[in-house]
Amino acid sequence: MTNSIAEIEDSACIFITGSNTSACHPLIARRVFRAKEKGAKLIVADPRNIQLSRFADVAVTQRLGSDVAMLNGLMHIILKNDWHDKRYIEERCEEFDAFRAVVETYTPDKVEAITDIAQADLEKMAELYATNSPASILYAMGITQHTTGVDNVKSICNLAMLCGNVGVKSGGVNPLRGQNNVQGACDMGGLPNVFPAYQPVTVEANNEKFAKAWGKALPGKIGYTITDMVRAMIDGKLKALYVVGENPMLSDPDQHHLVKALEKLDLLICQDIFFTETAEKADVVFAAVSVAEKDGTYTNTERRCMKVNKAIDPIGNTLDDWQIISKLSTAMGYEMNYADPEAIFKEITTVTPSYAGMTYGRMGLNGLQWPCPNTEHPGTQFLHAAQFTRGKGLFHAIEYLDPAEMPDGEYPYFLTTGRMFAHYHTGTMTRASEHLDAEQKTGYVEIHPEDAANLSVNDGDTVKLATRRGEIEVPARISNKVKPGLLFVPFHFAENSANILTNSAFDPVAKIPEYKVCAAKIEKAA
Amino acid sequence: MDFKIIPSVCSYCGTGCGVLFQVMDGRLVDTLPMKTHPVNEGKLCIKGWNLHEHVVSDKRLTSPMLKKNGHLQEASWDDAIQTAVEKLKAIIEAHGPDSVGVLASAKITNEENYLVQKFARAVIGTNNVDHCARL
Repeated sequence: MTNSIAEIEDSACIFITGSNTSACHPLIARRVFRAKEKGAKLIVADPRNIQLSRFADVAVTQRLGSDVAMLNGLMHIILKNDWHDKRYIEERCEEFDAFRAVVETYTPDKVEAITDIAQADLEKMAELYATNSPASILYAMGITQHTTGVDNVKSICNLAMLCGNVGVKSGGVNPLRGQNNVQGACDMGGLPNVFPAYQPVTVEANNEKFAKAWGKALPGKIGYTITDMVRAMIDGKLKALYVVGENPMLSDPDQHHLVKALEKLDLLICQDIFFTETAEKADVVFAAVSVAEKDGTYTNTERRCMKVNKAIDPIGNTLDDWQIISKLSTAMGYEMNYADPEAIFKEITTVTPSYAGMTYGRMGLNGLQWPCPNTEHPGTQFLHAAQFTRGKGLFHAIEYLDPAEMPDGEYPYFLTTGRMFAHYHTGTMTRASEHLDAEQKTGYVEIHPEDAANLSVNDGDTVKLATRRGEIEVPARISNKVKPGLLFVPFHFAENSANILTNSAFDPVAKIPEYKVCAAKIEKAA
Repeated sequence: MDFKIIPSVCSYCGTGCGVLFQVMDGRLVDTLPMKTHPVNEGKLCIKGWNLHEHVVSDKRLTSPMLKKNGHLQEASWDDAIQTAVEKLKAIIEAHGPDSVGVLASAKITNEENYLVQKFARAVIGTNNVDHCARL
């Protein structure tokens, strides 16, 4: 997030797209409701009628994967009405003219044809966003999990800059992170192209800095992303995989393809707190401790680094993840002798400029938001205040592209996937929790009443749902949340795994798979 | 009776709500929201209120395991680490460091993620390190 969670409640307008916030981030949705109480306008654009749609001043259900067209259409209307922030664009941004030339071709009738959004709704969305300042945009995986994920995010940034909403309190571009420490994993360099704090591995000076800090020559070539790793396993180039705290068997697209890839490995090591579907395939399993049994820090979606504290002794014959990695490293011939997590954190602050001013003592109970460059710095509530990190805010001219797979005669339905309120990701944690398991014990497919009637399917009937990747049997849930022609499957449930169905086509830059759109067929199970 | 309250952070979604773990005689018994926390101000969602349940679940892994004769069996830490190291070394020797991939995690701490990528880069010698941010 460029801005902070608490700031949302003072926004004059909140535009939520591709985030089912009240189900997946309830304590962020709370700020949206508080903003509404204070008079903020709310715009919701989601292919499904989500709970927040009912509270919106305008809510639309765009066709799956049509986000670039929708956003270009909004910006077309804003420019036509002269609602854009000309001074902000002039002083703080660049490449505006090329962007404007593309956006001018996205007329409301063209956009309606692509997105299924009525022109009157588009006009209202554009007016609310452009004429209520500051306006905040919230989004999640509904924007990013597309073959055009990067284009979608750049289009959101275009919209925010067009109305001068970046670098201001209660505005901003605010992706809501789905996992407790996905922000921290990225910050710490758990990525194939960057060291901690996003320092590229391909820059010689960075490579030298870390080689010196770690006392070891380092590779300068960018490594494989997860998506690349699966392909390299199939090709026989990747022979060993060490998986820490993840369950790719359920979280990766096109599960049948992934199983084939894992079976080609010579060595699979899994480190987890549960015996996951992936661990079942492992050669070596390391048993780790949970959040309640360890010290350390997590960084949330608003860049707030916070301390977690050991509450109980390790359950069973388990070890902290840092202890396991240290043992493994030392046995590999590279000594790792940290006294405790704080010693590791101190090392982090010496090589990670955005965390340089943080200490366990300074964090207290509230944590510190990066960038926090020195020990006097109070942390940063919102980014890009005086200028953008790169200098000028760059407008991108972006054309709409269809998703990789569209419905056709054989697979006539759109299928999308996501989370439901009581469960979390691959269900490893929530399905082991009695009160959460009680809320929802099986997978399901949401289907519109008209489609269900055409297929003679009643609520709860088992249906066979198939895509070009595979098929699952799953109970039908008849619901007005989805439009006719659209199906939704949550991905928490191994016994009717959504990722048997999903398309592994990915964004060429971010390598993110297109979980949110594919073509499917459905019939009543025999 | 030994009763303690330990401040921590919810480990479900990326919101990062402050929680208080309640510990009775060394056992984790409940989760409460932290009233003073800037993110959640004394409130939690259904997952947060039940955070302790996954920790004390009897489905937890309680021992390292090794595959023997095609089946995973409980093993000692020394055996598990030694087996992993021997196999990793053999693979690196035969196919080079880029034949190894490492997945860090959006669930573990910053300290642990830092070590995972340090392990991949400095110990294995590859930048093949990623995690499920995209998934």
